[in-house]
Amino acid sequence: MLELKNIKLNFSNGNGTAREVLQDVNIKLEKGKLYAITGPNGGGKTSLAKVIMGIYTPSEGQVILDGEDITSLSITERADRGIAYAFQQPPRFKGLTVENVMKIAQPSLDTVQIRGYLRDVGLCPEDYLDRDIGPGLSGGEIKRIEVAQLLARQAPVSIFDEPEAGVDLWTIQKLIGIIIRRYKGNSRGMAIVITHNEQFLPICDEIILVAEGTVKERGTTEEIWPSIREDVICKMKGQCGGNVYGIQ
Amino acid sequence: MEFSSVEKSLLESVADLHSIPAGAVNIRRDGEAALRRSSSHIDIVAKTDRPGIDVIVKPGTVNESVHVPVILTRSGFKDLVYNTFIIGEDSDVLVVAGCGIHNAGHQDSQHDGIHEIIVKKGARMRYVEKHYGEGNAEGKRSLNPTTVITVEEGAYAEMEMVQLRGVDDTRRVTRASVHDRGNLKIVEKLLTHGEQEAESEIEINLVGLDGTAQVISRSVAQDKSSQVFQAKLIGKARSNGHVECDAIIMGDAQIHSVPELVAENGDAVLTHEAAIGKIAGEQLIKLMSLGLTEQEAVDTILRGFLR
Repeated sequence: MLELKNIKLNFSNGNGTAREVLQDVNIKLEKGKLYAITGPNGGGKTSLAKVIMGIYTPSEGQVILDGEDITSLSITERADRGIAYAFQQPPRFKGLTVENVMKIAQPSLDTVQIRGYLRDVGLCPEDYLDRDIGPGLSGGEIKRIEVAQLLARQAPVSIFDEPEAGVDLWTIQKLIGIIIRRYKGNSRGMAIVITHNEQFLPICDEIILVAEGTVKERGTTEEIWPSIREDVICKMKGQCGGNVYGIQ
Repeated sequence: MEFSSVEKSLLESVADLHSIPAGAVNIRRDGEAALRRSSSHIDIVAKTDRPGIDVIVKPGTVNESVHVPVILTRSGFKDLVYNTFIIGEDSDVLVVAGCGIHNAGHQDSQHDGIHEIIVKKGARMRYVEKHYGEGNAEGKRSLNPTTVITVEEGAYAEMEMVQLRGVDDTRRVTRASVHDRGNLKIVEKLLTHGEQEAESEIEINLVGLDGTAQVISRSVAQDKSSQVFQAKLIGKARSNGHVECDAIIMGDAQIHSVPELVAENGDAVLTHEAAIGKIAGEQLIKLMSLGLTEQEAVDTILRGFLR
């Protein structure tokens, strides 16, 4: 069980004032479930994920994993506890190969297993194993390698931050398939997918709508999806004004 | 020839030698030849007018290597050597040079190696030179390599010059001329720490038609160390050249990076890019999210950068 209790997160504006990014976020997430977090840009979704991973320290509140308060733990310690995060915009590394980073993600992996994870995200292993995660790769390729690392970690808490961003339609289908197979009904872990994608949202067990720094709505996919479906499609097409997901 | 454990360790560090290699080899120890062996296609001959050797690779020699490492273990010893390499036409060889200094005393040790390399028409050469120093005493470890290389018509030379840890003071000078359809690639990797100082000056003259040159410099300056990197490409004919210098700066270090392009011909295409910066915070966070500590993440990034 992963629980966020009364989480507040403030960022400094640099002029002595603070901007409230997250306010009174309370969520309980259970193993064996696949969650979608959705909502408008700037609503706090990625900030929430970074609070879970320990990248951001909340101004108030607690992060509790399996009964342990992990709020003060470092990123490394949370990774050791089984929290894994695939970044929305992964960094590039000159001189570190795909194989290097996959082995950092999961040291027990052998080359055959790494090849399998790369195939899972639609990459031909022969073309990528020895390549630097550097300027020679496109954003979509970097993104797929990022997702492969997260899959390889086999963590009890796996957070995918917009796995569809910059990725072609065929690969999105592949990612949806692999996420369903890995996480749907898997009692050993949970997956949280931050997404705006109309194909990702319906496959999740629950949808959590985050906007204006807090949880606006939460429910099963059957409850939530029909009410936001039109907004999501409209947003995908870039036709919405300020009233996305029914948020004023 | 017997080597002490310190000497064996130095040979491993600078030339990846775990045992005496097959083929031609010349190991210079504290100013003298500790081992010299020619092969059937590569002659190693002592110079008669000054300290050093001539390495002569016969035309058509392929898939052979020559190892010419230098080790210094006597504190206070100052070594000066002149080596000449003639890489015969249409040959394809690996040259492994490099110098390791173990200075356990209070006097300064220094090695100045002056290499002249001629890569003959149609030949291919890969040259690897690693520098390394060790020892905890006050005595400094200085290495000053000068390399003058000529890449003849249709020849290819790739030079990897690496300075690992422990060299207090270095001044590297590399001069090259690239002839018709010749191709030269220089990769320089440099790590300085403590209060070490390093200067590297590379000048490449693209004298021949359709010659190409590429200089890639990756350097890391830690603590209070300082580095000066100057790379100059001179296009004297229709040619292509590119300089790329990337540096990571840490602590109170200083880096001065000066790429320079000189076109003396209207058909010379010369480009450069240079960047100096800290390790990006997002890179550290990413690796920490995979379970590395911050120090492990720093070490991993630096290892990759200088790979």
